[in-house]
Amino acid sequence: MSIDSRITDDLVASRIEFVTTVPCKQLAGVIDEIDKRPEIAHVPANKEDEGMGLCAGAWMGGKRPAIIMQNTALGVTLNTLATLTQFYRMPLPMLISYRGELGEPVACQVEMAIHTKALLAQMHIPAYHFHDQADVAELPKILEYTFMCNKPVAILTDASFWGGY
Amino acid sequence: MIRSEILKEIAPILRDELVVCNIGIPSQELHAIDDQPSNFYMLGTMGLASSIGLGLALVQPKPVIVIDGDGSVLTNLGTLPTIANNVADNYILLIIDNGSYGSTGDQPTYAGRKTSLAKVAEACGCERVIECSAEDTGRVLQEALEARKMTVIVSKCESGNAKMPVITMDPVVIRDRFMKTVEA
Repeated sequence: MSIDSRITDDLVASRIEFVTTVPCKQLAGVIDEIDKRPEIAHVPANKEDEGMGLCAGAWMGGKRPAIIMQNTALGVTLNTLATLTQFYRMPLPMLISYRGELGEPVACQVEMAIHTKALLAQMHIPAYHFHDQADVAELPKILEYTFMCNKPVAILTDASFWGGY
Repeated sequence: MIRSEILKEIAPILRDELVVCNIGIPSQELHAIDDQPSNFYMLGTMGLASSIGLGLALVQPKPVIVIDGDGSVLTNLGTLPTIANNVADNYILLIIDNGSYGSTGDQPTYAGRKTSLAKVAEACGCERVIECSAEDTGRVLQEALEARKMTVIVSKCESGNAKMPVITMDPVVIRDRFMKTVEA
């Protein structure tokens, strides 16, 4: 089974029914797979904070949400994470493409990569780093944990995890 | 008419519906005029009322009315294409367009100058866009509820705020009672 199908299977098994995305080429396969699943409504967003707003609404409407995004956008979501997701205590799995790690060909991507974990730590957002493909085995438990504690939780997936660029 | 006068007039229409209300003075005014568990007050996060409301409308069948402002829509202008391309006929976006950032001292917005939010919404693909005067807002809102079609209303009104207390209700309480109303 492909890693994209496996991740999507885990989302479906965790009863995630609403996914918003701002694309990344590393996550393109997962986004394609989500579009094939009738269990998941996919609403592309124009910006990640907008996507988090959509997720907040979907959750209050009774559906488990998730956001798919790049770590480079973490900065634009900090206010939303603090004043919406965290302040109102809402769960939000964030499946994040961790650009700027080993194997990265674009120097500018490194600039946000070096701040990614520090920002997540400063925001008190639990963060899990998938580096080897075997790390995906933790995904079901991470999703369960997110909806247990009603917090945003970050899953950083780097280039090594995806098998390079 | 200023925003608080519109809210007073439409309060009887809003009372039985799910309402997502914009940050700052709009939420304070609605809270003071007619607090309901079916109101979700935004205490922060400028710009996202329309997105929260759309997410809510897409996943459940009850009508959702978003009370937004011109300044907030300009902050999250990307919301309009998302709304247009993800049609939820239980969704009404009411933009109270007073041409100013009311919560921060009534500085003018571009919507009060050359930019028409109704035309922007139409250009984004929103199919039912109605610009109306402040005085007509109640009628247009009632018609939008009865039409059961996704509607963007741009209500043009005067700049100004009513003096209302800050909302001190805990955010989790606001969210919890709102979710119970959604579920009921």
